[in-house]
Amino acid sequence: MSTGEPDAIVVDGLVKRFGAFVAVDHVSFAVAPGEIMGFLGPNGAGKSTIIRILCGLFAPTEGHVRVSGIDVATDPEGVRARIGYMSQKFSLYRDLTVLENLTFFAGIYGVRRRARAERIGYAVEMAGLGGREGQRVATLSGGWQQRLALGCAILHRPRILFLDEPTSGVEPMARRRFWDLIHALAEDGVSVLVSTHYMDEAEYCDRVALINHGRLVAVDTPGALKRAGGGRPLFVIEPADLGAALAALAGAAGIASASVYGGTLHVAAADPHYDAADLAALFAERGVEPGRIEPTAPSLEDVFVDLVASDTRTGGRAA
Amino acid sequence: MLGRITAIMVKEFIELWRDKSGRIRLVLIPVLQMLAFGYAATFDVAHVSTIVLDTDASQESRDLVARFTASQRLDVVAIATQEADIVAAANAGLATVGLVIRAGFARDLRSGHGARIQVIVDGTNSNSALIALGYIGTIVARYSQDEADDFAGRLGGAAAARPVTVTLEQRPWFNPGLNDRWFFIPGVIGTVTLVLIVNLTAFAVVREREVGTLEQLMVTPIRPAELIAGKTLPFLVVGFVQVALVVAVGTLWFGVPFVGNPLVLAGGTLLFLLSTLALGLLISTTCTTQQQAFATNFIVLNPIFVLSGFAFPIASMPKVLQWLTYLNPLRHFLVVIRGTFLKGVGLDVLWPQFLAMGAIAAVLLTASILRFRKALE
Repeated sequence: MSTGEPDAIVVDGLVKRFGAFVAVDHVSFAVAPGEIMGFLGPNGAGKSTIIRILCGLFAPTEGHVRVSGIDVATDPEGVRARIGYMSQKFSLYRDLTVLENLTFFAGIYGVRRRARAERIGYAVEMAGLGGREGQRVATLSGGWQQRLALGCAILHRPRILFLDEPTSGVEPMARRRFWDLIHALAEDGVSVLVSTHYMDEAEYCDRVALINHGRLVAVDTPGALKRAGGGRPLFVIEPADLGAALAALAGAAGIASASVYGGTLHVAAADPHYDAADLAALFAERGVEPGRIEPTAPSLEDVFVDLVASDTRTGGRAA
Repeated sequence: MLGRITAIMVKEFIELWRDKSGRIRLVLIPVLQMLAFGYAATFDVAHVSTIVLDTDASQESRDLVARFTASQRLDVVAIATQEADIVAAANAGLATVGLVIRAGFARDLRSGHGARIQVIVDGTNSNSALIALGYIGTIVARYSQDEADDFAGRLGGAAAARPVTVTLEQRPWFNPGLNDRWFFIPGVIGTVTLVLIVNLTAFAVVREREVGTLEQLMVTPIRPAELIAGKTLPFLVVGFVQVALVVAVGTLWFGVPFVGNPLVLAGGTLLFLLSTLALGLLISTTCTTQQQAFATNFIVLNPIFVLSGFAFPIASMPKVLQWLTYLNPLRHFLVVIRGTFLKGVGLDVLWPQFLAMGAIAAVLLTASILRFRKALE
């Protein structure tokens, strides 16, 4: 990813307060050209707020934000001409047709008349909307609306794309197609900052930023995050009685976290040398039948749950 | 710059046309107002239901009752046999006027000392009651005059004894027939554009806020001034079309004369429309949903309507309210409309109204643009 070009997005010591509420708490990171950066975090963690500050919708309380080399605070319009933005609401005009929406946004972005037909044609093709140019947006399915919204956001060839939960409420097949489009754009050198709450989507990102309570808990590639996994052994158990097993683990020495995944429990140990036998002994001591105990490699979701749990416990001091 | 404004204007017109309820608002509001004020609204009071109690039952009392019966304005609907009948009729709303002629009426009249009758009026609708009393006063005055003449004649004085009278020669200017329609229809231009343009502008902005497209627009390079121009100019056009429509229907269908200069009316319309656009924009900054906008419009537009002189005379309002009406753009616009329609006066007379509307529009526009920009940030 690092091609020697200056970073597309640089965030340095960003703080955003709404009254007494701290929505963004000293966040710093950078996104390279052509990089896909995923924002992962619970609802209300501050993902959308950071994206809105980067787009110049909110002014930062503290810190500096440079997008495409331009300070957002001093020249928000300069930034807006160079970015594309798409939110979960797919902000299209529902009473307008596909073509009318594209023409409108081309006009708003100041796409030159000569380039307009080519750019609109590209967007129609990209969204797979060929033959539906005259259809009202309201009659399109979610996946199509989503791809059209993306098409509208890239009419002016932005080098940076902000996508705020762009796949929420869209069926899995359409989500998969959408990610193919994002990868194609990134290969052309477009930097993409995308927030999501789908764990599987985080795996498609070059790097993932974990955000909790407005704080940046971790930033790394999905692989590195999983390898690190907090350095903790992880076990999958299948107890007959989930509730009893969970109660047995609560507050037990050496146990970092335990969370339910369907019919199984994922148990993370605090000590790197903790093994399956230690866990079995713990259950035997408490008189609970743990069922099968298997050591496992942490998924991104395990890492996420673990990091968020320890961040919330320590109030950010450990991170 | 122009490209972005044009893009928004084109989009605004398409949305206006596609939106079914918007189209209904566009056509139905002016049509309904024209019908209501062209046909239904009138200050005239006719066929006032009257109940008569005549305990005198003389030649003279029957003569007086006959004059009530013969009147176009009053309808004698019942004859009472006791006063309780009048109370019952008034309570039930069967009669608005009760005429009481007591025993001894004819005797008093013949004695030359003068006689009394009693009129009871249902004052629930104070305006109608007042007008009905006026009619009754006229009937009784004429009867009284005739009786006096008759009495004087019988005494032998004849013409010499007849008192000197003053005759009133009425000649109403600008509306010789005192046709209420001529008063109301031009006013509809003001009320229709007020309701319509404030609504359209407020909803056009609030709808985008509600759907989320406003946020999408804010991350494009569009400037607030361009957005405001693009969102209001289409409704300026719509406003002018509405005014032309109402003027055409008013003059061609309802036969209201237009004796003034159309350019003066157009100039006044422009100033008034700027105020309504600003008002709509101002309302849009305080609302996040279309429902809120609907309620706010209702609250804001009602006083503007009442304090405009559209239906209720400003001169009869308490002094404080009269001063308030000067802040109301509709008040000034109505003067311009009626002045151009019926009186045919020009800027030499209407300049204070133009000045006032220009000042109101400037203040409202500045306030709304400042607030709108702030609301976007």
